[in-house]
Order: sequence, then structure tokens, then C-alpha cells
Amino acid sequence: MARETGESGETKSTKVKKHKRRKSKKESKTRTVHANILYDHTKGGDNPNRHYANNKIKTTKYTLLSFLPKNLFEQFHRFANVYFVFIALLNFVPVVNAFQPELALAPVVFILSVTAIKDLWEDYRRHRSDKEINHMDCLVYSRNEKQYVEKYWKELRVGDFIRLRCNEILPADVLLLSSSDPDRLCHIETATLDGETNLKQRQVVRSFIDLVSFDPFKYNSVIECEKPNNDLNRFRGYIIHRSGRRDGLYKDNLLLRGCTIRNTEEAVGIVIYAGHETKAMLNNNGPRYKRSKLERQMNVDVFWCVVILLVMCLFSAIGHGLWMFQYGDKRPVFDVLSPEGTDLSPVVSAIYLFLTMIIVFQVLIPISLFVSIEIVKICQVYFIHQDMELYDEETDSHLQCRALNITEDLGQMQYIFSDKTGTLTENKMVFRRCTVAGVEYSHDANEHQISPSHREQSRSQTGQHSEKDITPDPQLMDKVNECSSQMEFMRFHSQPLNQIPPDLCDIFDFFIALTICNTVVVSSPNQPRQKVVVYYPPGQLGNFLEDLLSSPSAESTLTKLNEEKRPEHDLQHAFSPTPPNFEKTKALAQDECELRYEAESPDEAALVYAARAYKCALVGRLPDQVTVELPHLGKLSFELLHTLGFDSTRKRMSVVVKHPLTEQITVYSKGADSVIMDLIRPATVGCLKILYKTQNYLNLYAADGLRTLCIAKKVLSKEEYASWLQHHLEAETAIQRREELLFESALRLETNLQLLGATGIEDRLQDGVPETIASLRKAGLQIWVLTGDKQETAINIAYACKLLDPEEEIITLNADSQEACAVLLENSLHYIQAKFLCNPRPDPQAARDYAGIHFSSPVCSPASSGHSSPFLVHRLGLVIDGRTLAYALDKSLEDKFLAVARSCRSVLCCRSTPLQKSMVVKLVRNKLKVMTLAIGDGANDVSMIQVADVGVGISGQEGMQAVMASDFALPRFRYLQKLLLVHGHWCYSRLANMILYFFYKNAMFVALIFWYQFYCGFSGSAMVDQWYLIFFNLMFSAFPQLITGTLDKDVSAETLQELPQLYMNGQNSEEYKPYMFWMNMIDAFYQSLICFFIPYFAYVDSDVDLFTWGTPITTLALFTILLHLGIETKTWVSLYNIIALFFTVALCYNASCPTCFSPSNTYWIMQKLLGDPIFYLLCVVTPIAALLPRYFYRACQGTLFPNPVHMGRQLDKLPVDMRRIFLSQSQMKLGSLGSLFAPRAPFFPLCGPFQKDYRPRVKQTHMSGTKQKEKAIANPIPSKSMEMRDTPLSSKNSDNHITLNFRMQEEVQSCRQGSDSPLPENLHCVKEPSSPITGTLPYTKDTPGSRTILDSTGLEAPLSPTDLCQVELLTSTPLLPQTESMQLMSPPRSCFLGQKLDDEDHSNQKSLLKQAGDVDHTHSTSCLQEHSLKTTFL
Amino acid sequence: MMASSYNAKDEDGHLPGSVGSGGPGAVKSKKPDNTAFKQQRLPAWQPILTAGTVLPAFFMIGLIFIPIGIGLLVTSNNIKEFEIDYTGVDMSSPCFSCSQNYSWNSTSACTCSVPFTLDQPFESNVFMYYGLSNFYQNHRRYVKSRDDSQLNGDKSSLLNPSKECEPYRTSDKKSIAPCGAIANSLFNDTLELFYNHPNGSKITIHLEKTGIAWWTDKHVKFRNPGGNNNNLSSVFRDTSKPVNWHKPVYELDPSDPDNNGFVNEDFIVWMRTAALPTFRKLYRIIQKKKDNMTPTLPPGNYSLEVTYNYPVRSFDGRKRMILSTISWMGGKNPFLGIAYITVGSVCFFLGVVLLIIHHKYGNRNNSADIPN
Repeated sequence: MARETGESGETKSTKVKKHKRRKSKKESKTRTVHANILYDHTKGGDNPNRHYANNKIKTTKYTLLSFLPKNLFEQFHRFANVYFVFIALLNFVPVVNAFQPELALAPVVFILSVTAIKDLWEDYRRHRSDKEINHMDCLVYSRNEKQYVEKYWKELRVGDFIRLRCNEILPADVLLLSSSDPDRLCHIETATLDGETNLKQRQVVRSFIDLVSFDPFKYNSVIECEKPNNDLNRFRGYIIHRSGRRDGLYKDNLLLRGCTIRNTEEAVGIVIYAGHETKAMLNNNGPRYKRSKLERQMNVDVFWCVVILLVMCLFSAIGHGLWMFQYGDKRPVFDVLSPEGTDLSPVVSAIYLFLTMIIVFQVLIPISLFVSIEIVKICQVYFIHQDMELYDEETDSHLQCRALNITEDLGQMQYIFSDKTGTLTENKMVFRRCTVAGVEYSHDANEHQISPSHREQSRSQTGQHSEKDITPDPQLMDKVNECSSQMEFMRFHSQPLNQIPPDLCDIFDFFIALTICNTVVVSSPNQPRQKVVVYYPPGQLGNFLEDLLSSPSAESTLTKLNEEKRPEHDLQHAFSPTPPNFEKTKALAQDECELRYEAESPDEAALVYAARAYKCALVGRLPDQVTVELPHLGKLSFELLHTLGFDSTRKRMSVVVKHPLTEQITVYSKGADSVIMDLIRPATVGCLKILYKTQNYLNLYAADGLRTLCIAKKVLSKEEYASWLQHHLEAETAIQRREELLFESALRLETNLQLLGATGIEDRLQDGVPETIASLRKAGLQIWVLTGDKQETAINIAYACKLLDPEEEIITLNADSQEACAVLLENSLHYIQAKFLCNPRPDPQAARDYAGIHFSSPVCSPASSGHSSPFLVHRLGLVIDGRTLAYALDKSLEDKFLAVARSCRSVLCCRSTPLQKSMVVKLVRNKLKVMTLAIGDGANDVSMIQVADVGVGISGQEGMQAVMASDFALPRFRYLQKLLLVHGHWCYSRLANMILYFFYKNAMFVALIFWYQFYCGFSGSAMVDQWYLIFFNLMFSAFPQLITGTLDKDVSAETLQELPQLYMNGQNSEEYKPYMFWMNMIDAFYQSLICFFIPYFAYVDSDVDLFTWGTPITTLALFTILLHLGIETKTWVSLYNIIALFFTVALCYNASCPTCFSPSNTYWIMQKLLGDPIFYLLCVVTPIAALLPRYFYRACQGTLFPNPVHMGRQLDKLPVDMRRIFLSQSQMKLGSLGSLFAPRAPFFPLCGPFQKDYRPRVKQTHMSGTKQKEKAIANPIPSKSMEMRDTPLSSKNSDNHITLNFRMQEEVQSCRQGSDSPLPENLHCVKEPSSPITGTLPYTKDTPGSRTILDSTGLEAPLSPTDLCQVELLTSTPLLPQTESMQLMSPPRSCFLGQKLDDEDHSNQKSLLKQAGDVDHTHSTSCLQEHSLKTTFL
Repeated sequence: MMASSYNAKDEDGHLPGSVGSGGPGAVKSKKPDNTAFKQQRLPAWQPILTAGTVLPAFFMIGLIFIPIGIGLLVTSNNIKEFEIDYTGVDMSSPCFSCSQNYSWNSTSACTCSVPFTLDQPFESNVFMYYGLSNFYQNHRRYVKSRDDSQLNGDKSSLLNPSKECEPYRTSDKKSIAPCGAIANSLFNDTLELFYNHPNGSKITIHLEKTGIAWWTDKHVKFRNPGGNNNNLSSVFRDTSKPVNWHKPVYELDPSDPDNNGFVNEDFIVWMRTAALPTFRKLYRIIQKKKDNMTPTLPPGNYSLEVTYNYPVRSFDGRKRMILSTISWMGGKNPFLGIAYITVGSVCFFLGVVLLIIHHKYGNRNNSADIPN
């Protein structure tokens, strides 16, 4: 637009001013901002703002000039590089030099330049993105043109006035001076900063509130505020007007860079912080350098390599000294004097030789290892990026790897810490069910929508939020219609409204409460998202024209509804006497059906959308008035007297309104069921009944994983209200203890409520979350959920996503003091021990048995097997709230807490602060020495993401904060499965193998030279030409393994996903254990011995010369090394071109120059060798002899003790259909797979001594799974089930069959309701669990399992009906693991069809048992016993 | 303007990046390509190492290697080799006195005659080697101590040899040609062979001096400065002979003027430094007789006349003379044959072991592969 002028104006504005900066001490602590507009650009001088950073951001590390020195400097921070440069420089010392000095520099230079190019490229990318951001546009007020002109972001200065339009992104931190909003508010979306999508209100600075339009020229105040800091939630300062008046500035006045203006047409502000000084940028620390576990492990081995190197050098040096010494004074003719002609004493020459040997053996420290690893990781990252399955169509985003150097850590995770909202769930609340006046409306139609395919469809078609797509329950809809028509009728006839039947009245009130008891802001999407403001003077209510049209049929969808309704609106508006705000009303009329609700919490919005589905639509909200549109009554305006906002102690919110129809003062409350229920005053027996019924429904909702809310109301008499109001006003005006007084005042009001109903809202799980969790768990990952949500919700979601299992017991820790917490932890520890560790530990056989059964039982097995602790992971869930967590994280208690937590299968931390989240992660990471992964989507997860070994951010839905902090950004949670199980596994196994191979390769090569020292007087001579020696690493041997490191696949992606157990391979670091390094070293020494001595004996006492003998050795070594790689490689892509390359290079090199390359003159050697039959004979026999042991070992391993990965590979070989049958058949229990192969427990790798102390138990369970199976056959009653029955809890409750039965019926009923034809559907419901793919238990959604509630008071809390019923359930469930483990025992190949039938039998049996309600244990057990015997003999 | 800017950023919940790129149609999908390479589905051979799969390989190796080994062993055994140590360590040795007295500084030659008997006839060409033991020609500093460009006939290097030659670079302010320790320690014993005919006569056996060096060495790597002219003495005028030498480089072979200077084959052979401390170097070739009827060296008594110039006692070295016939695989060396037989047998044995393993444990494995 006016960019040209804008730029020129800008450049001028940079140099301004006459204002002197006072260098007072005070000023150094604060920042003073003047308006740039006051200063003339043309005159130079000192604009007081000129010292502040401008808005240009630069995140690049280098400039063109500084690149070389700076990059080199950084590279030399890496110890290895310094080492290699040192070695290269050592070559320049004449007495030491082993190689041509220039040649020795080559590899180092090569390595450094590769890294430099990589850095340069990365920096260039940063530069490009900076440039893009710097060149975004914004409107800045120009002094010269006296209007806002468009400028680039980078031209923005502190003190500039900028005008912001709706949906614009803020270019800098701006103090809000004016807003087009009538309330002088500005709504911003801070998603990019903190991930919260709800709108935040920002206020215009108080002194400017009254200004209708802001004129920059009239502004002459000075702003003093704090120095730039990174605290997003803090801003303090004041504005000094010319009059000398001061006004405080708060964080509510500040708009932060990166936020988006919403709902506000226009806002004007002054830039306070710009560029790198903005809070957003200050928060954006560069990614920290993470070192992967593998790399740490590798560094240890690099250290060992150094030790080996030094030992070898020392050995050679001593050898050389002795060799020299034996000649004494007689100098042999071949012992050349030093260049100066002086004789060296043995000691001195030994010292020199030591240095020489360091150079000669330098290959042992793999110089190219670091570079190769980086290259491989970049390639891996590339492939992860390119994976189609990690691409999300919906958001057009794919996985981002933000950290390039920890890909292999993905394959070694042991703990996952997950956020809940937005990570597991979509953070889109959907109204699911409600109960009004004790009648349940189940909204079955909605249930259907929940199915993913449906959702996908609806989303792609309409692009709408799914929370709006609510299909009203026909029953309720009818009632609503009836109710409103009656009301309308009554009002028409001026009858008092309270004569309508109470249930209808309740329904009416229920929806009114849903609609108005919130803080939802209404906006319209097709316009700039500004607030829709419609003034309906309260007095005009009676004048509304009634809608005479009959209501549309209840079955129609919302959109249909709206379409049908449109004419009504027009009609209505045609008659509407509503005069003011014509323009906006018009807009409203067009888009009314498209109204959008912006709520602070998504469930509020969900409720409002739900109410709208029942045509009780919120159409406007003002500070003192709420407007609701009702089908028959038209628009009703409620006078909003008070809003008592939600707080976490009260757990409810209330509004006090004046009812427009009854003119009564009414209080509507909405809150957690636990609190509201206590405040209900049941007036009659009927009420009590309703209360009881509602409670039942609430329990059901909770069991379904719904967020429950109770809605209540209360009618106040004028007097009551007056007296309350008086107190309340007092409280509001109180100066001291204001908060407390307000709280008390709220409590006074919210009593004796009348229950209207309850709602169940679903925070929809993301697609595939339960499956992902199940599969990750099978992979041995321990999943903890850390959420800021309240306990009930968290537990519900945990059930919904199968994190908690209905069969599990739950330990809930709620303490309100340190001591109580200590006692609680102690108790639970005892409880766990008493319950689960009663097995005498001294008896290892029994313990192993026990472990094995644990392992093979379907639910708890996977978790326990991968978990590396002596604690078995029990079928326990731990729920802990934020406050207790704070105590538990205390130094004195953290060990106990961990002890409890790690023995639980699932841990759920509710109400935890971001800091606590990170503390938990840190605690687990440091104390348990495990690999942790944190996944989250919001700003509150950032600290956790940063602390964890691998941080994963969920991109897409929420802001960028988590993504910015993360190492990997995923579009959806379910992609974690492929990322970890497939890519993690691959990356890990590839890199681990590559690193091991690297060590082996170099050791093998160096050892050749070492052996030679025995034959050359330890003189440091090498029979390998120096060129080969130096470029061996870089050229001949590096490429093949780069290819394998990038492309090798041990197991195919499909198998890895279907067999999550294979992931444990990485968790237990099975590809790269410490002993493997030494095994590889030994193998390397063996192979080098072969490769050295076969040519040695073949050529001994012959006329062979140094390099004619050395070149075959080099060739053989290369052959051996490559064939070794071939054995280790699982996937052969054509990579043996490298041999051809070697010969080509060697031939060219040997023919190139007869006199160059002194001293090792290798002219025509290769050519000569190729004519020598012995060379060929050697080339055949040596590699074979060298690789024989490894080849043999691998073959034996493949047969005798194949590890799971082997089996995975064998599965890969099967034809596709066969494999599918096989996989589904064995239900992918590792043990069952193992049972196909030979029992191998005693043979399992020699890793015993190397295991860390906390591993052995796990190992046992892991490897001896098959053995246990045999035991299990012998004794098919898992000890587990016995124990479960012994629990005091289960025996305590025996008379709750009714509840249980009821529940069961409910379930069957819901199954039936789910479809038109009840029978097949029902069958399906029963059958599904047995279907091997899902592997779920017969009831997919179930009540929370029994909870052991350990209250801080030490008294056992009375168990609620649900609890009792759950406990009862517990007693009946131990059957299930048994049936599942039965599957394991049957050898799958024997006859899988038969097995399948059996499975169905089982499930039928189960369902029958379930329906019977009362379970006869002994009977069923014996049944199963029989059955197990049957299956084993099949 | 406002409306347009709004439309571009319609949907909330989207990342700014995906939104900023204009209308929905214009958005270019970031969807990765579905190619075999990018999706890591490249076809590849995936061998699985189990007893069953590697069994054939082991047996194959065994079956192939053992015959080869036997063949090699037979070939090696057919080669005739005779070796005699003439160092003169023992008192009884004819060269004892020479070895006792001789040092690098001695001027007068010492000769000795070593008698030996060949039991078997040597047929075809017989190669005569001298062998040195305990002589570390592969010592790092020794190996480096040469100037290849000087030996290649480079005139500037002739007068100004490389620093690598130190301390055998100059002597008496003149550059040494050939410089360096290798050249300096040139083996300079003269060996002559006589056949003591049963009738008492002593027949000189003709020893071929040329053809003992690599062709490329003689014609490419080593050249006299200024070409192979006959006036070598003038070419080497400004140089001095290596300190241990008795005669300058251009007089190495008085009998053959073309075999002098740097292209002297004895010299070239010496300059090819041996790989191991015990080595032999080709000294002469005894051409087979023209008639092909009589063996090159018939069995009988021989004597080796040694001009003892090369002291080895200082480093406990040994000097040997070796006579050997040669086969397609070079000199006598039974090792390769043994190696082949050993490796072949080991493979065969391991194959049997694997067979047992496969038989015992591999069954379930196989049936797991094929459930039907």
C-alpha cells in the first residue's frame, strides 16, 4: 500500500529526538516509552526509545563474516574434534610424524567442513524464516502522513502506534490504548503462546477508556514499565499523563506478540517491547542440546577405545624400548639415526614412538563416527518426515522433528508422561447425555456420531466444530416443545407461569440455566469476529411477537432445523419492534444460526451449543444482560444481577438473574456433582427420589467417562435477595479480606438449591487413543497422565482411554498435609506389599512363576514386562492430586512416592501445575534412571516437555508453545504409536548397530597394524598404505554402513506395529549393551588376527615387499568388514559396490604416479597382485575364516535362542494373509509367539552380569515367558485371581448385586438401543471383545474399578453406591485374565479355527456369567481348567 | 480490505503457517510422496540366519575348500627348495672367520666357500635367493629413508635429495646418490655357485643377473639421471657414494654397463623393502638347460662361494642362500593348503553341528513358518 513512503518515513523516524535520557538508577530498572510521534524524524537526535531493540528478529547464529571463526569455535567445543586436530598437528612434529602431515589433515578438514556445511544450511533456514516473519505487514501510524500506513514488522519501533485489525497477529508487545469494542475490551487468542484457545480479554488503559476514537497526536503521556522479561503473566508499570496523573498498567493492558486479535474490529496500541525483547521471544529459548542415551553409552565406549588405544600405544612404546635395548650399543644398519644424526636412547625413542603410535592408531577412535552418526540421523529425520502415516490430512501437517540428534531415543522410551486435555482428548467438549428431573435422556443419536468415521465425515464436509453437531433427544425435544408452547399459551392468556407442570418447568429452567449460567461470549463467524451486541431493552419483552409456526420435527438435524427456522426469523424480524442497532441486527438475522460461542472453558460452550440444539439459543451477552432466544417465546432478556464465577474450591458457578417471565430473582448454579448434591434441599419425597435417581445417572455418566455437571436453581424472594445483596455489596467493597468475604457471600447464596438436572459432557478422545495407549503399553511403556484437570474428570478420561482398567484397584491419594501424605504413602506401600508381595521372595522359582503369570495375563503383562524395576507392576492405578503431589515430591517422601507409583500400572496426577509436571518427570527420570517421554500440547506442558528425554508436542489444535519446546511435533496423539514403535525402533536399532559396527571396524583395522608391530620392531611402521589408512574410515568402510544405518530394517513397519512387544528390544537396550562392545572388540581382535596371520603365513619368508604384502591385508580386511556388515545387516540393498570402488580406487591410485606418495611407494602393486593367484586364494579363505564364528553364532542364535526381533523377522517372511492370521491368532502376546519356538530361557544371551541391578527380575519375566506358560498349563489358576479374592475389600461387600445387575442390564440395553435391530447388535456387543484385534474386555466402557480411597483423615471414607458396585465387580472379574491367558496356552498353529471358536465360547460364557450377576468362582475356574486342558491337548 | 484479510484467516485452530498461504484452493498439500524410497519400502533381500538357512553354506564351503586345500598342498610339495645358512655363527662354519672379522669399515674382502649337497634334481628355472633374518627392513624410519624422485632420475633430487634421507643425505658436502638408509645398507655379498662334478671338476653355474626385478620398477620407477647413457660416472660426478658402499652406484655391475646406476637390478630388488624381518630376496636366476633333458641343477655336491661383505652379527642376523623352483603359486609354502583344508573341515564340522541343532530345535521353527 503505502509501503514506499512508510519505509522512508520509518528510516527517518529511527533517528530522532532531543529528549535526554537520564541515567538515574531508577531508570535502569524500568523502561520509559515515549510516543515516537512526538519526535520529528527529520531531525536526528535522541529519541528516548532509540536504545530499545527494534522489531527485527534474527535467530540466526552466524553472519557471512562470522561464520567461519564462530563455527570452528563451536565445533572445537566437541572434544573429538579437538582430539583429531591435535593428532593432525602432531604429524607436523618431525620426530613423531608417521604420515605425510598434509595428508593427516585431510580427514579432519573433511569432517569439519561437512559439519560446517550442515550448520550453514540450518542457519540459512532460520534466516529464511526470520525474513518471512520480518516482512509481515502491520499498520503503523506515520507522523508525516497523519494516518496509519502499512509497514513491515521489522520496521516497527518501540513507541510506535499501531492499529490492529481483527484476526491480525500482533507484531510486538503492545499496550492497548483504544479498542472499537464498546466495552473498550480487546479479545486476544493466546494459542501461540500458551496454547489456550479461549479468548482472553484485554482492557484499554484506564485513562483512555472514555475516548471514543484515539488520536495519536493527542497522546503525550509517558509510559514507565519494567524491563523486558519472560514472564508472560506479569506486566507492571504506569502511564504518566501530561497533567501529572499516573495510572497503573497491568498485564490486562498488554497485548503480547504472537497473539491474535479476535472479536475486536480494531484496536490501537503503542509498542512497548519489540523484537527480541518481547515476552514471546524471551520465552523462546533455543532448543537445548540433548544427548541421546545411545550417544551417552557410546561415549563411554569411545572412552574405552581411548583406553585401548593408550594401552596399545604404551605396549608398543615399551616394546620398542626393549627392542632398542637389546641391540645395546651395536646399532643395526636398519635402525636409522634421527635426522640430526644423533643416537636416540631406547627411552627417548620409546617416548617418541608412543606419540607416533597415537597417530598410527588414531583410526581406533573413529573420526568419522560422529559425522556418520549425524548424517544418518539427518537421513532418519528425513524419512520420519516423509512418512505418509504420520501426515495429518486435516491440518495438512506432518510430523516435525525439531531435534535432529535424538531420533534413536524414540526407540528406548520407558515412561510416557502425557498431558490429558488436547493430547489424549481433542479438547472439544460434546454434550452427550443429560438428565432432567430424574428422567434420563440418553441422546443415542449423538452416540452414533462419536464413531470416528462419522466424525471424519462430518468434519470434512462441514468443517465445523463437532461440538455443535448435537442431535436432540426426541423425547426431550418433545417436552421442550410442549413446555414452551404451554408457556407461550399461558403468557398469551396472561396466566401465571407457575401453573405449568413442575417437570416441564424444570426442563425450561434447565435449559435456561445451561444457556445463561456461564461466561460465554457470542460471536458470528462470517463477520470479523466481533462481539454481536444486540440491545433488547428489558421492558420490551412482552412485546415480542410469538412464533406461531409449529416446531419442526425432532428428528431433523440442527442444520435442517436452522434452515427451516430461517423464514421464521425473517418473519419475526419483520414484526420485531426492536429498534436500535439496526445494522447489527441485520447481520444477526443473516447469520443467527451460525452464531459462535467463545467460552473460557470448552465445556461451557458445549452446554450452550447443546441448549441451542433445543432451540434455547444464547444470542447475546452484555455485562448486565443475557439474551436468550426460545422457540415459542422469541427473545428473552434476562437481567444479570450477579455472576459468581467459578473457582476451584467452590467447584461451581452461579448467576443471579431476574427472570423476565416470572419476574423472580433466580439463582442458577452449575457445578461439580459432588458439591451441588450436598447443597440440594429436597423438599418432598418426590424430590428425594429425583435426587436419588439423578445420582444414579451421574454415576453412570462418570462411568462412561463423561464430565458431569449438576444444574440447580433457587428462587429468592425479594427480601432474601435484598439481605444477601447487602452483605454481598459489603463484601465487594471490603478492602481487607475481600476474597474471603466474597467467598462467604457466595456460599450464603448457594444453599438450599433445587436440583434441575445433570449433564454429561464428553471430552472426546482423539481417534485411536485407547488403541495407541494399549499398544504402547504392550510395548512396555509405562504411561502416566499428568493433567491440570480435576480428579473426577481425569479419572473418567483415564477410563475412557483405557489407561485405567475397570478391573484395577485404584489408590487415591488426597492429603492436605505433609504428615498425612507420608502416612498415606506408607499405608499404600504396605497395602501393595501385603497384597502383592506376599509371595515369599526367597523362593525364586515362585517369584518367577508369579512374574510369568503376570506377564502372560492379558492386561497387566505388557506393562510389567518392560518395566525395569524390581517392583512388579501391579494391576493398580494411582490417582494423586496436585496438593498431595506437592507433598509427595518433597525430598523426604519422593522415594516412597516413587515406590508406590512404580508398582502401579497407571498413574494419574490431577490438578498438577506445570512445575509439578516437570518435577514428576525429573524425579522419575533421575531416580529411576529411565528414559522419559513427555507429550503435551499446551504451554502448561512446556516445562515437562523440556525436562523429559524426549519432548513431544501436539501441533494442530492448540498453540505453538509446546511445539516450540518439543523435540518432535505430532499432529495427533495416535501418531505416537508409529513414531515410537516403528521409527523409534528402527532409528535405535540402526544406530545402535551402526555404532557397534563402527567400533568393531576400526578396532579390527587398527589391530592389524598392531599385530604388525611385533614384526617391525615396534617401530610404528604400517604395512597398510597411509592413504588407505587415513581414508579407510572416510571412504571405503563409511559408505556401506551409512546406507545400512539409514535404510536397514530389521522388522517391517507392519509387524512392528502389530507386535508392540518388539519395542522392548530398544527399551532394554538389547541392540547395544555394554558387553556387546567388548564382544565386538574380541571379535574384532579375532578377525584381525585371522586377517593378519593368514597372509603372514602365506607370505612368510618370501620375497614379498612391505606393501605388496600390506595391500592384500587391506583388501582382506575390507572384505571381512563388509561381509561382517552383511551378516549384521537385515536388509540387503545393493551396497557391495564398495568393493568395486575399492579396487578401482586402488588400481588408479597405484598406477597414478611412480614417485609420489613417498614414503610408501605403492606403484603397480595392485596390478601385480591381481595377477597373483595367491591373492585370490587369500581373498577367499581369509574372510570366511574370519567370519566363521560370527556367522555360526548368528545362525545358532537364530535357531536356539531367537529374540523377539528374530521372530518378527520370521513373521515378515510369511505371506501377507498368513501373517495376518498368525498375528491375530496369537493376539501378539510375546510369550505365545515364543511358544512357537523352542523354549530358550537357559540360553538367553550372556547379558546377565551386565544387567543393572534392577533389571534381572524383568529379564526373567521377559525371557522365560514360555517357561511360565508351561507352568501355567500345569496350574491354570493364576495366583493373581486367588489374591484378588482374598482382598479385604472384595469380601467386605457382598450384597450389592442389585446395583451390579442394574448396571449390567443397562449395558445390554445400551447395546440394544444402539441399533434398530437389537439382536445382531447385541451379539456384536458380546462378540466384539473376543475379536482379537481390539482385544478389549467384554465391556468397552465400564464403571471405574474399585477404589481404595485412602483419605487423609485416616478414616476410610464411606463407599458410595458406585464404589460398592465396582467392588462387587472386582470379585467377578478375575475370570477374565484367565480366559485371556487361555488363548496363550493353546498353541496357535495347532488349529486356529478351533481356537477361535473356543474364544467365542469363552466370551459367551463370560457374558452369561456377567448377566447372571453373581459369579460362581469355583465353578468357572474348574470350567476353565478343563478348557485349558482341552486346548493344550488339541 | 478488512473482509479479505479476514477470509484468509477464517478457521481458528489452524496454525498461522497453514493459514497464511491464501485461499483453500491455493494451499499446497504437504503430504509426503508415496514412493517406495520415501516410505522405506525399497525391495531388498532379507536373509534370516538360522541353522536351517546357513546349513548349505557351511557344507558347500567345506566341500569346496578341502579339495582346493589338497590341491594347493600337493602343488607346494612338488616345489623343491634348498636353503643354506652361511652366516658363520658356528665355529665349524667356513664363514666363521669372515663373520668374526668383518665390519662395515673393513676394506679388504673376505671370502669363504660353503659346500652343500642337493639330493634331488631341480628342474626348470631355479631361483636363487639370499635370505636375511632379523633384519628389520620394515622399520618405520628405515622404510622412509629414501628419495623416490632421485631414484627416478630427477636431476635436482640427485643433487639435493629429500630430507627423508637424513642422516644419509650428504657426505662430505656432497649429496649421496642413492641417498637414504635403505640404499646405504645394500646387501653386497657376492654369491657364486659351483657344481662339484663327481669327476672332481668344478663347474661354474651361470647365474642370470637380470630379470629379477619388477618390470615396472626397472623401467618406470627407477631411472638413471639423464637417461641410460654409458657415461654414468659423469652424471654422478657431483655425488658421493653411500657411506657403507665400497663402490659408487655406477659401478655396481662391472660386467654389464646397462645394469649400473639406479637401474641395477640387485639395487632395485633391495630397495623394495621386505615386509617381515625374515625375508628373502631374489638374487639370481638359473635358467633351465636348453635341451630340457638334464635338470637345471642335478643332484650332487655344490659349493657356494661367498664374498663376505655384509655384516649381520651386530643384530644377530642370519644370512642364507636359497635355491627354489617355482610353481604357478610361487614358492614353496604349504600353509595355504593347510589353511584351506582346516577351514574346510571346520566348516564341515560346524555344518554337522548346525544340522543337529536344526534337527533338534529347528522343527518348531519351521512349522511356525508354515502353520498350514
